[in-house]
Amino acid sequence: MTDLTDIAPAPLHLERLTIHLARRTLVTLDTTIAPGEILTVMGPSGSGKSTLLAAIAGFLPAAFRLSGHVRLGETPLDALPAERRRVGLLFQDPLLFPHLSVGGNLAFGMAPGGRRRERRARVAEALARAGLAGYADRDPATLSGGQKARVALLRVLLSEPRAMLLDEPFSSLDVALRDELRRRVVAEIARRGLPALLVTHDPADAEAAGGRIVTLGEA
Amino acid sequence: MSGHFAWTRLARWLTVGLIGLPVVAGLAGVIAPAFGWLPALGGTSLSLAPWQALARVPGLAEMIRLSAVTGLASTLLSLAGVVLLLGACLQTRVMGMVRRLLSPLLAIPHAAAAIGLAFLLAPSGLASRMMSPWLSGWQYPPDYLFPHDPGGLALILGLTIKEVPFLLLMSLAALPQCQADARLRVARGLGYRPAAAFFKAVLPGLYPLLRLPIYAVIAFATATVDVALILGPSTPPPLSVMVLRWFHDPDLSLRFMASAAALTQLGVTLAALAVWRLLEAAVIRLWRGWPANGQRSAAEGLTRALGTGLPGIALALMAGSLAGLMLWSLAGYWRFPAVIPPLTLDNWRDAAGAWGAPLTRTIIIGAAATAVSLTLVLGTLEAEERRGGRWQTALIYLPLLVPQSAFLFGLVQWQAAHGPPPGLGAVIAGHTLFVLPYVYLVLAESYRRLDPRWSHLARSLGASPGRVFRRVRLPLLAMPLMSAAAVGFAVSIGQYLPTLLLGAGRVATITTEAVSLASGGDRRLTAVHALLQLLLPAVGFALALGLPRLLFRHRTGLMSHS
Repeated sequence: MTDLTDIAPAPLHLERLTIHLARRTLVTLDTTIAPGEILTVMGPSGSGKSTLLAAIAGFLPAAFRLSGHVRLGETPLDALPAERRRVGLLFQDPLLFPHLSVGGNLAFGMAPGGRRRERRARVAEALARAGLAGYADRDPATLSGGQKARVALLRVLLSEPRAMLLDEPFSSLDVALRDELRRRVVAEIARRGLPALLVTHDPADAEAAGGRIVTLGEA
Repeated sequence: MSGHFAWTRLARWLTVGLIGLPVVAGLAGVIAPAFGWLPALGGTSLSLAPWQALARVPGLAEMIRLSAVTGLASTLLSLAGVVLLLGACLQTRVMGMVRRLLSPLLAIPHAAAAIGLAFLLAPSGLASRMMSPWLSGWQYPPDYLFPHDPGGLALILGLTIKEVPFLLLMSLAALPQCQADARLRVARGLGYRPAAAFFKAVLPGLYPLLRLPIYAVIAFATATVDVALILGPSTPPPLSVMVLRWFHDPDLSLRFMASAAALTQLGVTLAALAVWRLLEAAVIRLWRGWPANGQRSAAEGLTRALGTGLPGIALALMAGSLAGLMLWSLAGYWRFPAVIPPLTLDNWRDAAGAWGAPLTRTIIIGAAATAVSLTLVLGTLEAEERRGGRWQTALIYLPLLVPQSAFLFGLVQWQAAHGPPPGLGAVIAGHTLFVLPYVYLVLAESYRRLDPRWSHLARSLGASPGRVFRRVRLPLLAMPLMSAAAVGFAVSIGQYLPTLLLGAGRVATITTEAVSLASGGDRRLTAVHALLQLLLPAVGFALALGLPRLLFRHRTGLMSHS
């Protein structure tokens, strides 16, 4: 089994991907997401958007059945357990672990190894770049909504994902924060050349993503 | 296959085996002797002689009647109390108070509560002292029989007082599951008064979720030994007490009849369950049209009065019991109508030599049984999470539904024949049998309610399933885990029969000491032991609530999260 240790950006291939629930076909998708591209998936609730993300990330509930293949570059993801797929997730809620400090949350996703001091330095540096210098020891519960969202983004980026899955990550924020976070996310994805899949209700999200739009539940 | 999954799978099978086998073996262990088969005592042919002997016992019908009636009556009373309380107080500030009082009330062991009640309401108890002589005119303790009244009223009262907090806890856990708040709001919005809204819109959804706990209450109440020893009538006693006497009779040939009696006990419990089921069906049938008849009020005043009055009385009895125990433990010579005795620490000093070892032993047994139960329950829940399939898990509730006095005697027969020898280890295993189901009951709901996105997120950040379990799920569940540990510990502290039987009477705990003292005459020493028994789980609950708050005092999100 190969680990995804190569660094060069790779496209995310979704090959004849089909998700069935009982006898019903929920989702079919056959496409390639290029490095740095954000593919937007829209559709009414219940159309299987979140299930699609779960399938790619490796958490498809037992009731569903998946056919087709997911590849990241040359590496097939289907056979890999979720923790080795290196697919970063961003949810609607920031979901910062309440039992860890802000710094602990960031370090949780970083690759193991390295000296304690080096790891702390990396965390501090990342926080500083996001305008959160000195926040490492803070209790996540004391952060504002926008700060939490930024920490959640930092956490997933520090885990060095090879692709990103975004599950309505902006919808819990108010309008001003939403624009800011959207810009950050889009810029980071482009800078790192990550293939990304964005699930959303909001046409403004799709517009900001600037890529192709797929609408589910219309077949 | 990773170590984590191997462990969870093992834990699940251990759980099922550890719970299922003893119950089945225990039942088999009374069935065979009940039909004359017990080679160790020379019973090598099948016969109905044990049953014929049992049938000739004078007063058998009365024993059976007592078991069934006290069990059903206390269940009905406690359910009525809980339902009325919820009907009167749901979504009011009173509920917040009830929630806070619940854990300490639940932590009180059955034996301690029963002893306290006996001391409070006995002819020379605190209650009669408080109304004498100014109200009652009594200069000497009056002449009525409490506890041990032949009708079993004391027993019913004692059981009810302990079952109300349990059913209330189960209800509070079930209310969110049946969307009680939303149901109540809708009904209130349609013009229903509070009690009518609860009875017509919430209760029909709540009751099915309470069925299992109610059945557990019936099984316990129809077969209890320790509470019956302390409060129940003695000539004749309820059947379960008589089974214990026969098993402990020096005449070993009585074992055959005792086994038949243990099976009869199982039959009594099953019959009581069947009666309850019939009552259930009748009520549902009679009141089928009632929820939709459009009446906007349903005995509002009465519900409010009873719903606050009954739990109020129960609470007053508990508080009075506690006060009585404390006074007795500190009492010097206590002349009758005096409400306050001359106070002294002599009783505690005199008892100090006696309770040290049992206390330590009680703590060791409780801690060990709780640790084993928590480990196995966590493994089982992890395995469930991954593989689903809860039928094996249903077995976990078996020890709560099969009366202790039916299968523990059989288990002792196996123990005598095939080991393990009576002692601390066997007692710990026996306690685990009853601690584990309660730990599961408390933990399962929180475990399943935990947002799956936490572990999805952690996995996608590169954490293995084992690491997700240790670093994410366990800390997130810190609060419910500690509550489950406290409940498990309290359940272990409360165990009387398993300690007595599996320890062959040689493993003395605070509980066995308290129960045996209660039937003697020394009220002061009994009060000291009852208070010690009461103190242990109270400390457990205090730690369970305090420790996570201390450890995670800089992580405020964790508290609101769980």
